[in-house]
Amino acid sequence: MATKRLGLALPGLGHILNRDLANGIGLLAYVLVLIWAAVAGFPRAGDLLFPEAIDGGTRIHPWVAAISWVGAVALTWHTAYRYAFPKALSDHDASSRWRDFKKQFAKNRVGVGGMHLVYVLILFAVLTPFIAPFDPNAIDVGDHRLAPQWGYLMGTDEFGRDLFSRVLYGARISLSIGFIAVSLSVTIGTLVGAVAGYFGGAADKALMWFVDLLLSLPRLVLLLAIVGFFRASGAQSIFLIVVILGLTGWMGVSRIVRSQVLSIREQDYIQAARALGVPTWRLIVRHIVPNAMAPVIVNASLAIGSTILVEAGLSFLGLGVPPPTATWGAIVNDGREYMRSAPWITIFPGLMIVAAVLGFNLFGDGLRDAMDPKLRGRS
Amino acid sequence: MFAYLIRKLLLAIPLVLGVITLIFVLVELSPGDATDRFFTPETPPEVRQLIEQKWGLDQPASTRYLITMKNLMTGDFGRSIFQERPVFDIIAEALPNTIILSFATILIIQFVGVTLGSIQAVRQYSLTDNTISVTSLIFYSMPSFWLALMLQLLFALKWPVLPSSGMTDAVMYDYMTTWEKAVDHLKHLILPAGALGLASAAGIARYMRSSLLEVIRQDFVRTARAKGLSERTVVVKHAMRNALLPIITIIGLQLPFLFSGSVLVESIFAWPGMGRLIVQAIFTQDTPVIIACFFVFTLLVVIGNLIADILYSVVDPRIRYG
Repeated sequence: MATKRLGLALPGLGHILNRDLANGIGLLAYVLVLIWAAVAGFPRAGDLLFPEAIDGGTRIHPWVAAISWVGAVALTWHTAYRYAFPKALSDHDASSRWRDFKKQFAKNRVGVGGMHLVYVLILFAVLTPFIAPFDPNAIDVGDHRLAPQWGYLMGTDEFGRDLFSRVLYGARISLSIGFIAVSLSVTIGTLVGAVAGYFGGAADKALMWFVDLLLSLPRLVLLLAIVGFFRASGAQSIFLIVVILGLTGWMGVSRIVRSQVLSIREQDYIQAARALGVPTWRLIVRHIVPNAMAPVIVNASLAIGSTILVEAGLSFLGLGVPPPTATWGAIVNDGREYMRSAPWITIFPGLMIVAAVLGFNLFGDGLRDAMDPKLRGRS
Repeated sequence: MFAYLIRKLLLAIPLVLGVITLIFVLVELSPGDATDRFFTPETPPEVRQLIEQKWGLDQPASTRYLITMKNLMTGDFGRSIFQERPVFDIIAEALPNTIILSFATILIIQFVGVTLGSIQAVRQYSLTDNTISVTSLIFYSMPSFWLALMLQLLFALKWPVLPSSGMTDAVMYDYMTTWEKAVDHLKHLILPAGALGLASAAGIARYMRSSLLEVIRQDFVRTARAKGLSERTVVVKHAMRNALLPIITIIGLQLPFLFSGSVLVESIFAWPGMGRLIVQAIFTQDTPVIIACFFVFTLLVVIGNLIADILYSVVDPRIRYG
């Protein structure tokens, strides 16, 4: 169709003209962010890419941002191109299960919307060095607590730091903490769950007892205790926060993996592999765990959302990433004192938290619905 | 039933002991303790020794662990190093406040969640259904502390209809009649309970919607309709009673989540409960209070699960615990 080819001029246009609003608006949003980054970053490109010009620093982020920008442009236009000129399907190119799953997910417009929301936020986070108009920690006392206006899109805080820049840099911190901590907890949870489920017996009892123990504690309270103790020894860093969040978030995953492994273990192909003399660790790693991962991926998407919430809560209490690093929770806390006179300091970072968590929740729900055959054909 | 509850309680004992051990190890690993504030670099070593002796800190960790365990078993929580009074009294002051707040929150969660979810299920795919779905997902994704601040901003600062913090009116409380006091308490309760409950209520609404939808498709509902009962009776008396079953267990399991939120919300609304107490104890490294708080939290979670079990069998007479 000719209207689909309009997407080549402006990605998203083709989708929208063909009534695929979720993908169309998503692609348009990418293009907007990319143009924004180009327009805002171009005048400063020299300073950004060769930071010696400013402070002799060796900041690597602008280079990552530049490469990501090129990559994102390529991907966006590639998507529009594929939409205009679809590849002929062959039976060989992908497993039918995966293709079926993709088709189911694409049907769920809310899930697709959530996915695009997540991607846009990631794009913002990656391109922050180009988009952010100011250094997030640059103090300008003359301009303190300005209301949102042109130039200061979200206003300024009590030290005159530009809130929009701080919120953008906060996105980098929050999203990467979410991703890394959840990867860590998924790894630990899979390991524990696989061991407990496969070997059963005393190992299973002991591990699941420990899981119950950790789950019966309120997570934030447990985190407070751990972080509080590290704080006492003066070691409070982003690295520590990530590790602690990862170490306290794996219990749900291990329960899911365990129940999966329990049923997979009895399947015929596992018996066959065992009869062929496949060593136990290889059986677990190559045959059982990959087949147990589907619900874990769904859980991971939802877990990133809740990890962002917990991290924000910790930062809000002053126990997260130490200042002056901008994190969403810490900015909300900064704004508390000035709620009457400068409510925007509190409002905007909170809205960003809601957007990020909402995106991951919608995405995760969509994945779950696409994976669960029972739910098909409902909404 | 009774035997089942006893068995569950017995099973909870190693759990509670495990939690205490875990927390004790964490406290041990962290440098310094609450007595640090008594010392300056010039403090003579004899004085330091005396103070440490007074709080039993001169003993090796293993001895202190055994003593702590023995004291907890006999209901002795020790003395707070920071507040210098029995921990039991401190907890006795804070715990009722947290229970009041949690109770109000659970009421909000249940009432709002079940109502919204039922409306959605009855009007599936309507504009109302979609609007409530989107709104509740947004609330579900909201950090409780931010919601608390926004509620404060809207209802206490911008339109001052409700008090912004505390449990009672700071000035007028002593001059109020009993009735006015009760109203005053309620007014102070609305915002914190709302901040704590709305996110969970959104979650419950989602569960309630799918649960009721599942029930409404079943044969006995069709029979009820065929008998000529009004739609209202069918939904409220026949369908909802069955749809509520899974919801009740969720409430019991949500308790740890609720306590996590109360840590933040109690700090924001200056609500003198367990959440605020434990934050303060952790900041001041007040070991006896920390351990007692965790003890109480774990007990509450265990009791919450038991209550969920009991409620479960009350609502569904088919369930018998042997």
